[in-house]
Amino acid sequence: MPQFLKMFRSSTTAGTPPLAPSQERVPRRSTGFQEFTKVIQAREGLNVLDLGPTSPTNIHYLTSLGHKIYNVDVLLSSMDPALLHPGKDGAATVDVERFFAENLVFRGEQFDAVLLWSVADYLPEPLVKPLVERIHSVMQPGGMLLGFFHTKDAGPQAPYCRYHIAAADTLELQQVPRFRLQRVFNNRHIENLFHNFKSLKFFLARDHTREVLVVR
Amino acid sequence: MWKARPDEKTPGSAAPAPSTTNNSTMTTMPATTVASAGTAAAPVAPTAARTAYAPARPAENFRAEVAHIGKSVLIKGELSGSEDLYLDGEVEGSVDLKQHSLTVGPHGRIRANIRAREVIVHGKVDGNIAGDEKVELKKSAVLTGDITTQRIMIEDGAFFKGAIDLLKDGKSQSGDHRRELSFSAAAGSNS
Repeated sequence: MPQFLKMFRSSTTAGTPPLAPSQERVPRRSTGFQEFTKVIQAREGLNVLDLGPTSPTNIHYLTSLGHKIYNVDVLLSSMDPALLHPGKDGAATVDVERFFAENLVFRGEQFDAVLLWSVADYLPEPLVKPLVERIHSVMQPGGMLLGFFHTKDAGPQAPYCRYHIAAADTLELQQVPRFRLQRVFNNRHIENLFHNFKSLKFFLARDHTREVLVVR
Repeated sequence: MWKARPDEKTPGSAAPAPSTTNNSTMTTMPATTVASAGTAAAPVAPTAARTAYAPARPAENFRAEVAHIGKSVLIKGELSGSEDLYLDGEVEGSVDLKQHSLTVGPHGRIRANIRAREVIVHGKVDGNIAGDEKVELKKSAVLTGDITTQRIMIEDGAFFKGAIDLLKDGKSQSGDHRRELSFSAAAGSNS
């Protein structure tokens, strides 16, 4: 990844015992998701890819709209000990080639909508750019992606959250203490990350988060 | 073969395995690979017989109505039947229960494609699930594979990696139609 990425942590928390997510869910309005919803409500039978943790409410919401949903918890998959190998400095790094050989392989399936949530902020650095490239390759032209990116003001302790869809314009956030923020992207970084895509639209939220709608 | 019948409930009755298979079939490849976990290819009859003819206890009344495969049983091959099944052991191959229900217990480890009327998962499944009516993933479930069904219930805490295709009147919602999308207008560059 380019050097512009500010690293808050030199490594992930891979290998640490999993911590239970908080049971508390905090509702939050989301303009980005509202825009996203307008699109996916417009027609049935879309292929939707959810890259966050398994959420029964998301599955229920999306399937009730008549869509086919694919769920891959990319962040959790990146912590598979089998994918880690010693790096040059001795620290464990992810085997990128093997990761993408075992994950996000859809055998020709193309997606109309992708929920990236805030995964990119927490993913091990070697996986970020290849992940976006893989997403690009499996999206339909004109397909839409929703991603959340922390701003610098969020601070290095910004917790990772599961996003549950509560309504067409409301998400519920549930903290997962297992993952740490790896970096923050500014607008230019995000544009570079999605440079293969057709267009981006930014929404700045109050909780130091940018919501980004990206069109393939 | 796993269903305890009213006239066969006598504890310790060591009926031969073939006499219990009149209502379902279990095909294994090879037949001798049905084994207790940790042992190499032991015959199926003793273990299965113990499981099927265990005395009914109040908390396990369901055993009287549902065939039961215990957690020490390993099956390699094709598992098919025409009665409801509770599966707490290991299966590698395929599971086909047609119009009956399958419950994968908390110790269940399935590496197989599953077809049944109703599938409830507490344990781990690597394979696709086709539940004609309903698929349920309990909070302890770990599923890597695709789900095709008419109704789905997933408890918070379940892990799922794969696709869900809900059927309407037995037909896929997504189909294989390719759509011309018009999302571009919804998201102009605004950075």
